[in-house]
Amino acid sequence: MALETKVIEIIMEQLGVTREECVPEASFVDDLGADSLDIVELIMEMEENFGIQIADDELDKIRTIQDVIDFLKTKGVK
Amino acid sequence: MKRRVLITGLGALTPVGNSVGEAWEGVCSGRSGIGPITKFDCSAHETKIAGEIKNFDPLVHVNKKELRRYDDFIVYALAAADMAMEDAALSIGADQAERAGVIVGSAIGGLPTLEKEKEKLLNSGPGRISPFAIPAALANLAAGHVAIRYHLKGPINCPVTACASGTYAIGDAFRMIAWDYADVMVAGGVEAVVCPLAIGAFNAMRALSKRNDEPEKASRPFDTDRDGFVLSEGCGILILEEYHHALNRGAKVYAELVGYGITSDAFHMAAPPPGHEGAVRCMTAALRDAAMGPEDIDYVNAHGTSTPINDIYEAEAIRTVFGDHVSHLLVSSTKSMTGHMLGGAGGVEAVFAAKAIEDGIVPPTINLHKPDPAAGAIDFVPNIARKKDVRTVMSNTFGFGGANAVLILKKFEP
Repeated sequence: MALETKVIEIIMEQLGVTREECVPEASFVDDLGADSLDIVELIMEMEENFGIQIADDELDKIRTIQDVIDFLKTKGVK
Repeated sequence: MKRRVLITGLGALTPVGNSVGEAWEGVCSGRSGIGPITKFDCSAHETKIAGEIKNFDPLVHVNKKELRRYDDFIVYALAAADMAMEDAALSIGADQAERAGVIVGSAIGGLPTLEKEKEKLLNSGPGRISPFAIPAALANLAAGHVAIRYHLKGPINCPVTACASGTYAIGDAFRMIAWDYADVMVAGGVEAVVCPLAIGAFNAMRALSKRNDEPEKASRPFDTDRDGFVLSEGCGILILEEYHHALNRGAKVYAELVGYGITSDAFHMAAPPPGHEGAVRCMTAALRDAAMGPEDIDYVNAHGTSTPINDIYEAEAIRTVFGDHVSHLLVSSTKSMTGHMLGGAGGVEAVFAAKAIEDGIVPPTINLHKPDPAAGAIDFVPNIARKKDVRTVMSNTFGFGGANAVLILKKFEP
């Protein structure tokens, strides 16, 4: 499964949003209704699924779906 | 000068039914809500029965994201609050928000959440603990989420007084309105701890019935063959309104809340004192608050847990308080059908008290075939509901830690 597809599936499940809402530029807070705790949980889910660790200061840079995908790619996730 | 407080909306989620109508019809027809535990694998537990909420669709009341982050007790409280607000046909506008509040009690809060998160801690380490563990587990988050949903910006609280929590919530909310802190209060109790730790821990106290082969007969208050209480989950919520606030908007009035007594046993962490003098003082305090005498009470919805000690002590306390009037009094325990919803009990039983006044029916104590002689001569309304013009109801709850609370409801007369 493509990385993008997997990421969007996790986001849909965690935030209870639709596939249509999950455009790359969608902001977690402004467009997908997430609060800070949602984002923490979402990142934990990413860590679990992709077997990586994300530090809290890296978390601050993640605002949109594209940010997550780019970030995962820098971590070598395919 | 104390202001008058009316009950104008009811909501309930119980093992006997998932609405006030269904639950009330259930208890009036003597239907038990007790069955085998399905929420977890209880094969290693001594007790394998409970009163679970059944056939409930939480997605009617919360979305998928909320369902994942909230413990069941929060979902149940939102569901019952939705029903009560709809029943009261009430919406709180921005100009009223600060005069509207919420008090929902719970004995243990989100214990199942803590159980699951502890498992993650042990199996995968602290990094895997959910950021929602604490907000899902804190007992006051039932009230918190109801306040958020309905924009209630006045008083908020969560009494944690074990099995009396729901009654404390309604009584304290009653006072909030009576003493002019608020005009509308959403009040009740909730519990959802049918989980391995709670069943195991109550088993360790030898508090639960082990009548696993006959679940529907397990809760049998005041019966000689009772062997403990049945743990249940559930929620009961009432809308309380100041007299003029309710009448001015033409609200339907179920009953008037007229008395509230609270006392402490100061005796033992879990057992009542002989003769249950704390309960005697509590019922007496509620009567005094209502400016009533014992002869003014028609029906007592008893705490009646089906434990060996509670039932005879409570019966003795009732005989002490009511004296000669006991021969004119009906006393029943709806826990014989719902099981014991702990913090939810006071909420649901106050709903039943209001319905008894509305419909003129006293629900029975089922499974009562051999009344315990030690309970004395009291009409426990055995097995079959009774028609009666119910003008006043006393609702009793007595919690671990010696926390007692009693409410008195009265037929509404303008």
